[in-house]
Amino acid sequence: MIALDSTRQLPDDQRIVMTGVGLTAPNGNDLETLRANLLAGVSGVQKYEIRYVGETLAGICNFDVTKHQTKKDVRRGTRAGSVGIWAASEAIKRSGLDWDNVDKSQVGIYIGVTEHGNVETENEIYAIKAYDYDTQFWSHHHNPRTVANNPAGEVALNLGVTGPHYTIGAACAAGNAGIIQGVQMLRLHECDIALAGGVSESIHTFGIFASFRSQGALAEHAEPAKASRPFDRDRNGIVVSEGACIYVLERLSDARRRGAPILAEIVSYAINTDATDFVLPNPERQAQCVQLALKRGGLAADQIDIVSTHATGTSSGDSQECIALRSVFQGCDNVHFNNTKSFIGHTMGAAGALELAGNLPSFQDQVCHATINVENLDEECLLDRLVCNQPKELAKVEYILNNSFGMLGINSVLIVRRF
Amino acid sequence: MTEAEIRDEILDILSEIAPDEDLSELDDNKSFREQMELDSMDFLDIVMELRKRHRVQIPEGEYGNLASMASTVAYLEPKMREIVKA
Repeated sequence: MIALDSTRQLPDDQRIVMTGVGLTAPNGNDLETLRANLLAGVSGVQKYEIRYVGETLAGICNFDVTKHQTKKDVRRGTRAGSVGIWAASEAIKRSGLDWDNVDKSQVGIYIGVTEHGNVETENEIYAIKAYDYDTQFWSHHHNPRTVANNPAGEVALNLGVTGPHYTIGAACAAGNAGIIQGVQMLRLHECDIALAGGVSESIHTFGIFASFRSQGALAEHAEPAKASRPFDRDRNGIVVSEGACIYVLERLSDARRRGAPILAEIVSYAINTDATDFVLPNPERQAQCVQLALKRGGLAADQIDIVSTHATGTSSGDSQECIALRSVFQGCDNVHFNNTKSFIGHTMGAAGALELAGNLPSFQDQVCHATINVENLDEECLLDRLVCNQPKELAKVEYILNNSFGMLGINSVLIVRRF
Repeated sequence: MTEAEIRDEILDILSEIAPDEDLSELDDNKSFREQMELDSMDFLDIVMELRKRHRVQIPEGEYGNLASMASTVAYLEPKMREIVKA
């Protein structure tokens, strides 16, 4: 008999469900395309050139930005705003909400970001170089583009949302953190609809590439599609990518009332902190975060069917996460592990939300997509039932656990259930 | 620059800052705001572009001269008379 998670004992107005998802990823601009490419082993990593750094690799999104924005708004805003507007608009469309008649004051926007403002600041400094750094040529658009709430604010402006909007700065745990914030605000009845997830424009700042390169953590490979290779013995770093993934979240009571399509129920979550290092992860704290999420959800480790790992392709990060996962899931014969960054690179603030999205169709097709580019599995990354290179059909998929960790020791875990 | 060249330059700036607008029917004697969606940030864009392209300085107290194409050209002509069109 399958044990019930504790969420099912809550009243329907405390149970939170996902009723729509919109996304843009380097290998797809909707859930179906992303999923098909994850099952087919299609990478979205390509060659990329950026000022000062030169030729490198990146995951680049290619969507019709003017579908949901005027050219003027694209010019005035930021890339983070544009990917966020795309994802939020597509999520609403797919949720079946009668958006024109939704009370916009009851909509909250909660968007995770790894960083924000670097792109615009670099652009302005680059531009005023032509004027001998005379700041009278510094754009008046700089402040509205770089305030930390910019991506969420642009979504609010575009959609006419008058409820709360803000970003959640949580390094690369931000996608999960945005969703968690949405869950909390819905449970508090601070809003009736939450647009929650994460965005990243990071490929447009040379600083992030240069910093990873200086750290020895920027992926290189002659074949771009093979560059992002978590768990492989020869992995050599991160592929930086842009992306966005935003969910429509609602209380189950509201979703049932309008007969909404339900992608998944959010069963549990946890966020904690290593408090040990600026960049190096702490597997003990990561394990504690996973265990806290399981405990809050009333779940045993062996009830999880798929763990979507955070692994980014760095030498220590991947092996440290595996230490954490082995300690939690040792002896569990059911759980399978995979990784999305091996296909699309690291979409930073969007990663947590986007990587979860690509796994959601498992609830219907019972297939666990793989982690690709594992030519020689690193012994330090051994995980029983790590799904390497080819997708695997599972007997059942009831629960997915999604890891997302970030610098300064932030760890986040989200658990969702088939509905 | 002649008045016609200044007008072309303003049109070029407008097409950049308001790329969704059709400027072919622009009435020089009507205010920009009557004919286009322009807000205060857009007018600052006009000021900035003139500063960047031609080092023309427009004091804040004189922004009102940029209300229409006709008033803009009349205001800029003495400032841009000596500039040679690139």
